[in-house]
Amino acid sequence: MKRTDINTAGGSPAQGPGRFNSSTILYLVLLALALVAPAVLYPIFLVKVLCVALFALAFNLLIGYGGLLSFGHAMFFGGASYITGHAMLVWGWPTELGILVGVVFSTLLGVVAGLIAIRRQGIYFAMVTLALAQMVYFIFLQMPFTGGEDGIQNVPRRAVFGFIDIANDTTLYYVVLTIFVFGFLFIYRTIHSPFGQVLKAIRENEDRATSLGYHTTRFKLLAFVLSAGLAGLAGATKVVVFQIATLTDVTWQMSGEVVLMTLVGGLGTVFGPVVGAAIIITMQDYLATFGEWVLVIQGVTFVIMVSLFRRGVVGEIAALINRVR
Amino acid sequence: MPDIVDRSVHDGRLALKVVDLNAWYGESHVLHGMSFDIREGEVVTLLGRNGAGKSTTMRSIMGMLPTRKGSIIFNGKEMISMPSHHIAREGIGYVPEERGIFSSLNVQENLELPPVLKKGGLSTQEVYVLFPALLERRNSQGTKLSGGEQQMLAIARILRTGVKFLLLDEPTEGLAPVIVQQIGGIIHTLKERGYTILLVEQNFRFASTVADRHYVVEDGKIVDRIMNADIASSTEKLRGYLGV
Amino acid sequence: MLDVLNISMPMLFGQLTLGLINGAFYALLSLGLAVIFGLLNVVNFVHGTQYMLGALFAWMLLHYLGIPYWGALLLAPVGVGLVGAVIEVTLLRRLYSVDHLYGMLLTFGLVLIIEGFFRWLYGASGMPYSNPLPGGTNLGFMFAPNYRLWVVVFSVAVCFGVWYLIERTKLGSYLRAAIERPDLVQAFGINVPRMITLTYAFGAALAGLAGVLAAPIYQVNPLMGSNLIIVVFAVVVIGGMGSIMGAIVTGFGLGIIEGLTKMIYSEASNTIIFVIMAIVLLIKPAGLFGSQK
Repeated sequence: MKRTDINTAGGSPAQGPGRFNSSTILYLVLLALALVAPAVLYPIFLVKVLCVALFALAFNLLIGYGGLLSFGHAMFFGGASYITGHAMLVWGWPTELGILVGVVFSTLLGVVAGLIAIRRQGIYFAMVTLALAQMVYFIFLQMPFTGGEDGIQNVPRRAVFGFIDIANDTTLYYVVLTIFVFGFLFIYRTIHSPFGQVLKAIRENEDRATSLGYHTTRFKLLAFVLSAGLAGLAGATKVVVFQIATLTDVTWQMSGEVVLMTLVGGLGTVFGPVVGAAIIITMQDYLATFGEWVLVIQGVTFVIMVSLFRRGVVGEIAALINRVR
Repeated sequence: MPDIVDRSVHDGRLALKVVDLNAWYGESHVLHGMSFDIREGEVVTLLGRNGAGKSTTMRSIMGMLPTRKGSIIFNGKEMISMPSHHIAREGIGYVPEERGIFSSLNVQENLELPPVLKKGGLSTQEVYVLFPALLERRNSQGTKLSGGEQQMLAIARILRTGVKFLLLDEPTEGLAPVIVQQIGGIIHTLKERGYTILLVEQNFRFASTVADRHYVVEDGKIVDRIMNADIASSTEKLRGYLGV
Repeated sequence: MLDVLNISMPMLFGQLTLGLINGAFYALLSLGLAVIFGLLNVVNFVHGTQYMLGALFAWMLLHYLGIPYWGALLLAPVGVGLVGAVIEVTLLRRLYSVDHLYGMLLTFGLVLIIEGFFRWLYGASGMPYSNPLPGGTNLGFMFAPNYRLWVVVFSVAVCFGVWYLIERTKLGSYLRAAIERPDLVQAFGINVPRMITLTYAFGAALAGLAGVLAAPIYQVNPLMGSNLIIVVFAVVVIGGMGSIMGAIVTGFGLGIIEGLTKMIYSEASNTIIFVIMAIVLLIKPAGLFGSQK
């Protein structure tokens, strides 16, 4: 018996061709909400949510559609932020190239880490990615350019393409929203492409996919690399927003946080990672003054979600809607 | 006075009575109201094709399936909500399909694994007298034995526990005719010593050499019952049921 | 040759001893991890935290109750084992029928809870624990601190004790059989759910024991477990979880390699085990002593 339970989270309820219209309307409404959001909410908070949500979406691509739990995604997120920060601060590169080099770095790191990690499955895969990320953490810690405990500070916010001034927080928000929508659509296309279908088949039954003639390791590697690149995009964008790249973003705690966000929102759901990111970031903002209790509360959230609501917020809602129907 | 069931050749006490047993593997419903019974001292078979639900019935009696409903009364005691280890301790010995020999245990460890549950079981020494092949290989890895030896081991380890009620799940599966004969001999010996045996078989020729009665299982239900005395006249019917 | 590398013999033996001690901790932790994974199918992320709890309980026993090291060596692991039993009965038990990854996620949550709580209580800086065996012994080729000698000898003895218990006793045969087919073992009349609780408690207690041993060497710090557990995961991937003796040999071997690296090229000492893991995965994915599951 194959273990597929982790992915039964309701999926995307609006996938059938018959519901195409209603789902398009849903996406348009959400986009409209995102466009007017800065009028109501603090733009920097929204930008943070978008960066982290993109990170979670990248992580979810791997677990939700490839069945692979990476416990080391911070190496891509934090790694890209170091490279982007360094390129912009020390080399004086423009914003778009700075982000690009961060993404290229995380993609290449994804190839190397992926080649090693996909040699094991299931929980071993999780342990291997965790260990590799810890290795990357130590390397960054010891490299002089990362600034050790201080990190890379005062990364400039240069105008995007030379004319979009992102010193203004609201403009910055729309730039980040554009990057986010690009990432979201990229993932959406990937999931619904033939590649995504094969990935799903591998997740459900790898042996059968192999017997159908698919080189499953190649597919898994490609999914891993795509996920790493997108996680890097999120990290690179974050460094542009907050103008700082620190050790925090490459720690195992950060790898754990993205797992938590996706779990809270719903593993393997389209919107789960976004909802989870919003919930966790909000929680962190409110609890910032409680110090160590933030960790405890995150831990309690983990335990509650795993014990009682494995489908996450979005998954539970989708299941509820299905039941009503 | 014992009630008369099925023109039973035995008038022993009712050992096991299964009524309207339903069982599920996850979502799929696999037993649909099994009902049958066995009297003390009887050898009874469940006959049927692959996937009819025979082994599932045994696993269900042992409490090894996550969900089951209905009634399983053993020696007058309802067992439907008991956990597996309590069911065994009531005095049921289980010899699973494919023998269930542990590869990380040697022969002696395999033999001594099931705890002694009742008085009157064989000692390890007596088992070795009965199965000398096992003595020779007592330090070998359990799964290094031949299929026949593994089957002997699977039966022998239950005889140590002292239980008198046995569930044997396809003890002849995949074995050479000579070994099948030996196993037939063992079942006869056990019957003479007063054991009660529920046997799962696909091979009705073998079943007819050891059993008193037969139940035919199809789609998780009992669809027919045949006395062993009538088996010659029921051969055609049986061929139909078993598709041989 | 050693002169070329500018390494003195006492320094070599000193690092070897420290490597052996770390190796002992790796061995004790990966042993428990392997047994727990074998029977429960749970990757016990909280294992490092249980090691930390062992050290912390020893410190608390001394600090609040005046119970010295030798008492703590018994009591602290028992305490950690009890905490483990509660975790198994109340939380882990619900997850056996779902994907194994959930067990890992749940125990990761427990890491955050327990570490966060003790960081709040005691802060993140180390609390010293005095050496119960001060002084040293001249072994002829080196002068060895008594406490470190004790840790090496005692942990080797514990490792082989555990190996004997699992591979050579009746109790161990129940465990090995239940790892293969828990349903069948239970159908023979053995209370497997209770066995699972005891096994988890035992694995946790082993980690706690390693923590007590570590307290006088590394001080006591609420964070001491979480970095260790990641290294232990790598050790487990390198060794493969199939074999008890494999876990012991891999643990000690990697500890020694790490110690030597510290001497030859200290910048790599943090990463050497991860590098070895990557190489092993590329050459023999199932691990040195493992069989691919």
